[in-house]
Formats: sequence, structure tokens, C-alpha cells
Amino acid sequence: MKTHIPVVEQILSANDQIAEQNQTRLDQAGVFGINLMASPGAGKTSTIIKTFEHLNSSLRIGMINGDLATSIDAEKAQAKGITAVQINTGGNCHLDSVMLQSALDQLPLEEIDLLLVENVGNLVCPANFMLGTHKNILIASVPEGDDKPYKYPSMYRGVDALIINKIDLLPYIDFNMGYFQKGVEMLNPGLVTFPISCKTGEGIGEWAVWLEKQTND
Amino acid sequence: MHELSISQNLLELALKHANQAGASRIIDITLEIGELSTVLDDSVQFYWDMISAGTIAEGAQLHFERIAAKMECLGCRHTYLLKQSELSCPECDSINVAVIAGDEFLLKSIEVETDQVAEPA
Repeated sequence: MKTHIPVVEQILSANDQIAEQNQTRLDQAGVFGINLMASPGAGKTSTIIKTFEHLNSSLRIGMINGDLATSIDAEKAQAKGITAVQINTGGNCHLDSVMLQSALDQLPLEEIDLLLVENVGNLVCPANFMLGTHKNILIASVPEGDDKPYKYPSMYRGVDALIINKIDLLPYIDFNMGYFQKGVEMLNPGLVTFPISCKTGEGIGEWAVWLEKQTND
Repeated sequence: MHELSISQNLLELALKHANQAGASRIIDITLEIGELSTVLDDSVQFYWDMISAGTIAEGAQLHFERIAAKMECLGCRHTYLLKQSELSCPECDSINVAVIAGDEFLLKSIEVETDQVAEPA
């Protein structure tokens, strides 16, 4: 016989449940976790390294790096002295909570205060998959263009803070900051925003102060 | 390409509920997907057909119920349907607006075949 079964359950509920477990684990170890998302080339690894240089004396920082392939980014970070673990997603376009779970196994969580998770470079898929980190941060960059909030609304809507990297390039690129910020404001009113340049170091201090306060609170 | 992960999550969820009901086959699956969810129907069905092969969900038809994106102006309380990327309130032009529908991403129901009468839940 044919039966109708009402379900009404979040399709990604399994991912969300493991994300909750990840967060409990981080909380128990006293680790504050952030999920850094951006398009490829926006400067995720550079921002992590700059952040590390600013906060290294006050916070113990760990990093998890997600990429389709290679361990270039984790090696770059390790060379700077950051405790880093690489996840290769094998073609998958985003990290999910299961991948983060296995990466957490490889880190000495008791020796870390702040965990920076570098998601796969992508402005679509990572927005759908909770990891269990405490804050979602988006890094936009000037060369991407000022229309990205309008083109990738789901990413801009779901984040807790926004970094605008490569502001040293503003004189050379047609990037209308007013238009960009209007889009951001519509999607995520009052979003805390940090214009920075990893090249010149401008704005990194303000971002680092904010992040340190979030970590310690 | 996150549709593959979505299809895998969907399959696990559907099989769990079908097994609980003692089903021998899943015939139809109804999803409730908000317009703001970045999911492509055809792509999910494509992956679904591949990953459900050999399970009791093989051949199941996916039905996508799309929920329109609805906004509410937090200034004048006007509610309106979202058109393209014009987010601002059509009444007062405010950009202080909130999404009240369109984020849905749910498995709503499944139709299954059972060899015997299912136990009431």
C-alpha cells in the first residue's frame, strides 16, 4: 500500500547536528572559532597571517585550511609559526561540519585560544553549511568588484562581520564603495565592516582588536 | 556543486524516515525550498538519480515546492514579495528590511510503498 509520511525536517539537519557537536567541543576546550569565507584570491590566507602577526603575543592561534587540493596554504601558515591543519576536500566546493570534526581531531585544542578556519574559496556553497564555529566572517576584496553583495546575497546575509581587503587598490579600480556598502546594508543592516589592506597593513589593527575582544568575551 | 552534498543529506534523511515506516520503496519526495536558497532543482535531481541507485529510493521523483521570498519593512511594516535584487521597501524606500519567507530548505514529506500497514507513530 501507498503511505504519505509528513517529515518537515531541515535537509541539512545531519550537518547542523555535527556542527553543534563541534561547537560544544570548541567551548569545552575554551577555543573561539571563526569561519572565514571569501572568493578565491580575496586574501584569506594573507588575512590569517596578518591577524596572527598582530595577535600572536596575546592569543594562541590555530588554523584549519580547506582547499580542493594541495597544502600550500597550511604550509605558508606553518612557516609563520601557526599551528595549521590542511583539509583537502577532493573537489568539494565547501567545508562541512564532518570535515571540520576530523580536522579538530588533529589539533591540540587545549593549546589554542582562537581557531581560524579558512573555508574553500567560493561565495555560494559555504553559506549553506554550518561548521560549528562561533562567527562567520566574509572577506570581500576590491578587485572582485562592487556588485558582489547584489550577486551573492545569501553569502552577505549570513555573516557576522565583513572585511574589505585590498583597499590599497582603490585608486586603480572602478570600485564604488557607496554602491557596495548600500548592497551590504540592505542585506545585513549594521554589519560590522573592516576595510583593510594586507599589503600595507592598513586597518588590520582595528580588525585584530575587534577579533581579540570577541575571543575573550 | 553543493547539490551533491545536499542530495546525499536528503537521501539519508529520506531513507531514515522510510525505514522507520517499514517502507519497501520511496516513490515521491516533496521538498520545500525558499527562493533565496541557492539550490538548482535539476542539479539535485541529477545527483539524486545517481546516488539513490540501488537503494529503496531509486527512481523516486523529487518535487520542489518553491516558496516566494517575502520581505517586511522594519520602518513602515509593509510586506512585499521580493523582485529581482530590489530589496528596498516599495512603499517608503527604506533599506531596513527583513526576510520573512524564502529561506526554507526542508524535506516536507515522502510517499512510500509499504508491504503491510504501517504502525501508527
